[in-house]
Amino acid sequence: MHEKLIFEHSAPGRSADAQYPQVPVEAPIPAALRRASAPLLPEVSELQAVRHFTRLSQLNFSIDTHFYPLGSCTMKYNPKACNQYAMLPELLNRHPLAPESTGQGILQILFELQEMLKEVTGMRGVSLTPMAGAQGEFAGVAMIRAYHKARKDFARVEIIVPDAAHGTNPATATMCGCTVKEIPTLHNGDIDLESLKAAVGPQTAGIMLTNPSTIGVFERHIDEVRRIVHEAGGLLYYDGANLNAILGKVRPGDMGFDVIHMNLHKTFSTPHGGGGPGSGAVGVSERLLPFMPVPIVGRDGERFRWLDEKDLPQTIGRLSNFMGNTGVLLRAYIYMRMLGRDGMQRVSEFATLNSNYLAARLRAAGFELAYPERRASHEFIVTLRREAREWGTNAMDFAKRLLDYGFHAPTTYFPLLVPECLLIEPTETESKEELDAFVDAMIAIRREAETDPDKLKGAPWTLPVRRLDDVRAAKQLDLTWKAA
Amino acid sequence: MSNIPADLRFQKSHEWARLEADGTITIGISDHAQQALGDLVFVEAPEPGRHVNAGEGCAVVESVKAASDVYSPVSGEVVAGNADLGGQPELINTDPYGAGWIMRVRPTDKAQFASMLDAKAYAAALAAETH
Repeated sequence: MHEKLIFEHSAPGRSADAQYPQVPVEAPIPAALRRASAPLLPEVSELQAVRHFTRLSQLNFSIDTHFYPLGSCTMKYNPKACNQYAMLPELLNRHPLAPESTGQGILQILFELQEMLKEVTGMRGVSLTPMAGAQGEFAGVAMIRAYHKARKDFARVEIIVPDAAHGTNPATATMCGCTVKEIPTLHNGDIDLESLKAAVGPQTAGIMLTNPSTIGVFERHIDEVRRIVHEAGGLLYYDGANLNAILGKVRPGDMGFDVIHMNLHKTFSTPHGGGGPGSGAVGVSERLLPFMPVPIVGRDGERFRWLDEKDLPQTIGRLSNFMGNTGVLLRAYIYMRMLGRDGMQRVSEFATLNSNYLAARLRAAGFELAYPERRASHEFIVTLRREAREWGTNAMDFAKRLLDYGFHAPTTYFPLLVPECLLIEPTETESKEELDAFVDAMIAIRREAETDPDKLKGAPWTLPVRRLDDVRAAKQLDLTWKAA
Repeated sequence: MSNIPADLRFQKSHEWARLEADGTITIGISDHAQQALGDLVFVEAPEPGRHVNAGEGCAVVESVKAASDVYSPVSGEVVAGNADLGGQPELINTDPYGAGWIMRVRPTDKAQFASMLDAKAYAAALAAETH
């Protein structure tokens, strides 16, 4: 189905009167600042506008309509109840500047959320203020820097990052004024400890790690990594991207991490991937407690109150006007309360089980796993280098053909160190039937690759748009519609 | 598979280098690297006059898949960056060892160039990397 642009529905003079102000708006804008000609806007009836946008919404590939195994992203289902309860008027209508005395209920919720997140991550303190994952990472590295500065250890400006890390990690380190040192990953997926030993020194501020890593395996020598980094005087940062894999099972605090950011919008039931809002809550070990971003909810006896700069004079400061994205925090609270401790463990158990089931079935069907000797965590990597070499069908061709079969494509070409890779993360919420249907599609596509590779190279065939020219889009970006 | 000219030197991180008659060293990325990256959409070459250290990231190549640093194999002063790449990053895809060169460096220590991989050793390193 093809849907025309709204401009192509437009006819001069047609308009939706109901959407216009009924009296002229007198705006005190100086004549010199007013535009001389009318802006080029689409002119459609109200019904045309409704149909256009409804049809567009029906074209969505989303978790509510399709299997969405986008590795490293945890595109899992978010229970509707979490959204429902977060929209209760008592929560929704509260103003962030209303006095603490009238907001004890919501302060209690946020306090209890802090406590639950401390418990599930094994950290000593939690601040909910970062507004998204990137800001959580920023807060984490800013705390590491503040810690070293407070000890007058000014030389520690280098952050170590494994080559399999998310691109956000080196970006965060750079934003915080650090330099980045990359260390390699071994062929079995673990960090190269010899390179780590050679990399640490009096310049080391810390290391940023995702565990399980971006290649979907648990870092087996995490205790040795911790020892090397701590003995060199550095701190350990845990990127919460893959927290879904270990929820309730293994705690970053117990692994010796000093700071962690959590993507509450992906692991704890807020839809994500559309640009927000998010929440990048941070957890810290004992030594970073004084540096947490404010405000944080504290408790004096039975009263809850905001802790601010007066309570934490060494804080790295404020990251937003208020206390973070409360709607996302509420969903996380409701999700955790509904699951309970046991339910939280089932999340990681089923995420891991589904991933290993998919990996085993795909392997049995003839696909090559990038790390066949390792047990998958919540995600795993298939490399299509053989299919590319023998039939000329690469990872992107498989991904595009999956769309024709009604599945969102897995992550392609990431992590960078595996050639022609698909990073597949089924998540805990998929049924066995859905997983089997995905495997069937992959097998069918592989057969097409061998017998009729053009089916893949021309895909997608059934979607509103065909293969997009992403090179041209990157080089000649054009965001302005012009009449033909 | 990929083209590895016998008269060039290489790094495991997929840069090539050529010693010119005037003593400068021309640097780019290998045919294998451009294939792995896919179509390039942006290249940032260093400005002349900049001092670079061996092993230092001194140019950036960006494709639709990834952005990667280009590491200088030698220390020295940049005498030229390939200005054509600004408007035509695809030169690296079409001619990685010719019109797609990235920078030219006047080395402070020629031994660094001499210690780079030759074509045979680079081919072996590639074979090991891709099994």
